[in-house]
Amino acid sequence: MDYSPLLISLRTACVATVFSVALGLTAANYTVRLGKVLKGLVDGILTLPIILPPTVCGYFLLLFFGVNGPAGRLAQAWFNERIVFSWYAPIIASTVVAFPLFYRTMRGAFEEFDKTLIHSGQTLGLSNAFMFWRVILPNCRPSLVAGTVLAFARALGEFGATIMLAGNIPGKTTTISIAVYSAMAAGDTALANRWVLIDLAISFAAMLVMNFAGGGLRRRKSGLSH
Amino acid sequence: MALDIDIVKRLPGFTLRVRLKAEDEIVGLLGASGSGKSMTLKCIAGIETPDEGVILLNGRALFDSDRKINLPPRRRRTGFLFQSAALFPNMTVEQNIQCVLKDKTREEKRRITQDVLSRLGLSGLELRYPSELSGGQRQRAALARILVTQPDIIMLDEPFSALDSYLRWQLEQELSSVLRDFGGTSLFVSHNRDEAYRLCDTLAVLSSGEIAAAGDKWAIFNDPQSYAACLLTGCKNITPAHQAGDFTVSAADWGVTLRTEAKAAAPVRYVGIRAHDVVFTDSLALPNTFPFELVEEMRDTFSYIFMLRLSPHAAPLRVEISREQYQALKKLPQYVQLPPGKLLLLTRD
Repeated sequence: MDYSPLLISLRTACVATVFSVALGLTAANYTVRLGKVLKGLVDGILTLPIILPPTVCGYFLLLFFGVNGPAGRLAQAWFNERIVFSWYAPIIASTVVAFPLFYRTMRGAFEEFDKTLIHSGQTLGLSNAFMFWRVILPNCRPSLVAGTVLAFARALGEFGATIMLAGNIPGKTTTISIAVYSAMAAGDTALANRWVLIDLAISFAAMLVMNFAGGGLRRRKSGLSH
Repeated sequence: MALDIDIVKRLPGFTLRVRLKAEDEIVGLLGASGSGKSMTLKCIAGIETPDEGVILLNGRALFDSDRKINLPPRRRRTGFLFQSAALFPNMTVEQNIQCVLKDKTREEKRRITQDVLSRLGLSGLELRYPSELSGGQRQRAALARILVTQPDIIMLDEPFSALDSYLRWQLEQELSSVLRDFGGTSLFVSHNRDEAYRLCDTLAVLSSGEIAAAGDKWAIFNDPQSYAACLLTGCKNITPAHQAGDFTVSAADWGVTLRTEAKAAAPVRYVGIRAHDVVFTDSLALPNTFPFELVEEMRDTFSYIFMLRLSPHAAPLRVEISREQYQALKKLPQYVQLPPGKLLLLTRD
């Protein structure tokens, strides 16, 4: 059995999660400060990938990253690279689809965050950076963990947008979800079963991590109530 | 002049117009909820921005709409003690205090922390998280964290409101000695008259966004001048009134006409009398003596409360006498007197 889909899936999901967290934190931290109208607009655009069917999302990605798309042309001109069907195309597709889940979770946490803590930090002379990294984020840990696991799970299960942008190239872009589809399409039920079991194991492990890591802060989190 | 503010901020429902000067003293800001007390503090701290005006602290402009000055909160050096204490829940008491100490060696930080904690009676609680402290300990830890930043002013936004009454008294005494030691201007927001009178030197009474009275706390108590100040200094009996003669006012809700000692500077609009100042008597010799109808009699912990009507269908008057006075009475006298010198003549809302 060729185990490359497992490696490709893990690599794609891990890197896409890192990107989703970095982009999601930046975006959530930015949008909570916006006015109502602009916030709704930016929020709508950033959330679109989880509402659109993944294949539609992949179609837009092709338009943007394809050889005739703006990003595709730049990559071709500057690096002599073709993004479509490359080994990193699944990462791009998964990031775009997984990012909104992390972003939405964090935006909710930031919006509900006790403003008094931020105001008290400001009057005490603490910098915005200190408040963000040392006060806001640690106190949003449950959401941080939940958002990360959600994004990881979504990236791991990505199929539609990936097959549009990255195709099904064994050893290069074939992830577990694509491997299951290929095996079934080829009538190899035994192989499909094996991939399904592996996928179940990874998903279950991710849920366990979320439940354990997310619950650890409960003791200290209640410090605000009187 | 330590603090000098003159600001306008338009809010939904009312406009906040606060003009207030304070020396290095403890100033009580007394007002009903929604009167703009907290908003005033937030404007001074820079959490909220006034629409126009000036905020000067020790001669330093924190805000000046004409000169386009609006310092960010972190550069204003204003200590703000929030109702909820606002300690960072993910840090221990020690970490909460040390995180605001910048440009200090580890040794200095340790020494400063030990000093301030022992001063506030928190030694031994360094490694506790805020959720593991009592409400009073949380407020003291928050105050310790403010003190180490060496602010130019300390503002306290109803710091006792979340505490049980027996804890309030203890914290109040500790707070009082800390604020005396601090020596700068302190602004203490409260809606509790007794608390404000015990803790503060001077008072400012805020009513729907405007200062209704400001100055010496006893002067305000003895002559509140406005309806809002009279109510907030705890007067239980206030009625709309109008001037009947130079030395008489007609008290609408009580159905009587009262003699006054002094002639008010402006037409009287309300008349008040504190429940303790009404006197029971059997003689009709003194002015403002009326027969009454007893509506209700209640026993409070240390006093007796009577609700009396001075005329049929009038609003009842609340009269309080101590337990000793009550026990000295053989039977309830026939009349009550509202001594002219005790009437509070109110010329403003």
